[in-house]
Amino acid sequence: MNKARVDAKQGGGWLGAYVLAYLIFLYLPILLIPLFSFNNSIQAAFPLQGFTLEWYGTLYGNSALSGALATSLVIGAIAATGATLCGVTVSYMDLYGRSPLAATISAIARLPILIPGVIVGISLLILVNLAGVGPSRIAIVLGHVLVALPTTVVVMRSRFAAIPKTIREAALDLGASDWTTFRRVMLPLSLPAIISAFMLAFLTSFDEFIVAFFLAGTEPTLPLYIWSQLRFPKSLPTVMALGTAILAVSFLIAALAEMLRHRGLAATRRSAPANLSKPEETERGELQWHST
Amino acid sequence: MSTIAATQPLPEPRSSPGFRFAMLLPGGLVTFLLILFALGLVFFLAFRGNDGSLLGTGFTFANFVTVATDPLYWTVTLRSLGIAGLVTLATVVTAYPVAYYLAFHAGRWRGLLLFLLTLPFWTSYLLRVFAWKIVLAYNGVLNSALIESGIWSEPTLAFLNTPAAVIVTLAHAYAPFAILPIYVALDTIPKSLLEAASDLGAKPFTSFRRIVLPNSMPGVLAAALVVFVPTVGDYVTPALVGGPASTMIGTLIQAEFGKANDWPFGAALAVAVMLVILAVVLVVRFADRRYGSRT
Repeated sequence: MNKARVDAKQGGGWLGAYVLAYLIFLYLPILLIPLFSFNNSIQAAFPLQGFTLEWYGTLYGNSALSGALATSLVIGAIAATGATLCGVTVSYMDLYGRSPLAATISAIARLPILIPGVIVGISLLILVNLAGVGPSRIAIVLGHVLVALPTTVVVMRSRFAAIPKTIREAALDLGASDWTTFRRVMLPLSLPAIISAFMLAFLTSFDEFIVAFFLAGTEPTLPLYIWSQLRFPKSLPTVMALGTAILAVSFLIAALAEMLRHRGLAATRRSAPANLSKPEETERGELQWHST
Repeated sequence: MSTIAATQPLPEPRSSPGFRFAMLLPGGLVTFLLILFALGLVFFLAFRGNDGSLLGTGFTFANFVTVATDPLYWTVTLRSLGIAGLVTLATVVTAYPVAYYLAFHAGRWRGLLLFLLTLPFWTSYLLRVFAWKIVLAYNGVLNSALIESGIWSEPTLAFLNTPAAVIVTLAHAYAPFAILPIYVALDTIPKSLLEAASDLGAKPFTSFRRIVLPNSMPGVLAAALVVFVPTVGDYVTPALVGGPASTMIGTLIQAEFGKANDWPFGAALAVAVMLVILAVVLVVRFADRRYGSRT
């Protein structure tokens, strides 16, 4: 018994070192972008040439860049709103609608994870051309709603499932209509998850390149702008300064969204530890994309 | 009598049609129009001839005949499958020990570790690929670091523009996808099973091989699927770090809808990719059933 415990401990030690190495592998290439964005050389190479903020200076007054940023922000906000609206309604009806149609919609809504981005891109390209819209901001918004949809559905579904059934039943028993129950009871209870889903959907859209590449008209998004700059070796440092700013914002939003999600789940768990059903959640509320 | 009434709630009154309609509308529109109808369009276009118009002309199998008979498409498809397969293998095998540590050893660090491991998932895919371009370039980070430290005397071209570069970059980009499904599967294994095994005299490795590994297979298969699907159709990574020797099927589809401007043929390639993915999904489903999915 004692020996087994020692073995486990030692195994844990080796594994711990491995996990540390894995984290370094995960983060090191990403962290090179901020490192070289401060390097006073046009090339990303060692030895470092000295500290400079010059490349961040080139970001100011760049009208193509600020235009792309504005496009990305607008598209991100609209697409995240659409994806969150769909995520909330689809998962609510999936759990409480008790109809095959609602379950089918929920299953299809999570399908885009099993379709490569290139195919999502071309299918929507055909669709928007057929509709007469053509490649445009609207087309990118539609594409990003699709790409973000599995995330919002999974986040909202696990959130609704974690709200004790009795709360909704009590509201209905006391005579509240479906609308009132949804709007005054279920939505306020899931507000942290809704904000979290919105933020994650916004991030997905803001960073998305593969689908936007097919659907962009004359106004590029920020990732498309970066792509167009990658051809010019001279603009490499500017791309790294821009990339650093994007990474910083992404980390911040993702961290906030995760905190909101966990706080919301922890609060429900405290209030109702007894009858919790959470089909898509682990103990800590990690997302599971697949119910295999 | 009253206890029965209390424990058996009345059947819920069916919700109002207006409410149901409004709640099903947004999701219904998106799923049926943007997903099913749009995919149907790709399928339809794949059977049309290219005359430069949006929906092509006539009904033809010619696109599929070309895909099936031209050795170029066989080469590229097999290469895509090979690269995506190796990436999937690499991500799943390297992620497994991490997920194992999270499930059984992480203790109070678990929350922080999970957070750190999922954070890159939400950062720009393009930037993660771009990072590898500056690492592997001729006058890039790896070459200059090796020369600076005196290991090599001159830079090598051997890093960038190789299939190996594509595999490493994709494996890095999709690493966060693989950990969560495996971790979830490991975390839901009842601890009593492991205690029973150890009480009955199983050595740690035996209980890993006979209990932990088989029980975590559904998670491993789910992880393999979420890594394989996006990588098999990828065109960004081959374009940035792959060079001409690592053209993938996604690159060809993108070219048909861009420079080559033969949409029906591009649609046929896309249908072929979806069939390949469907086959993989079916194999995974079958394997999952054999392992007796617990979810």
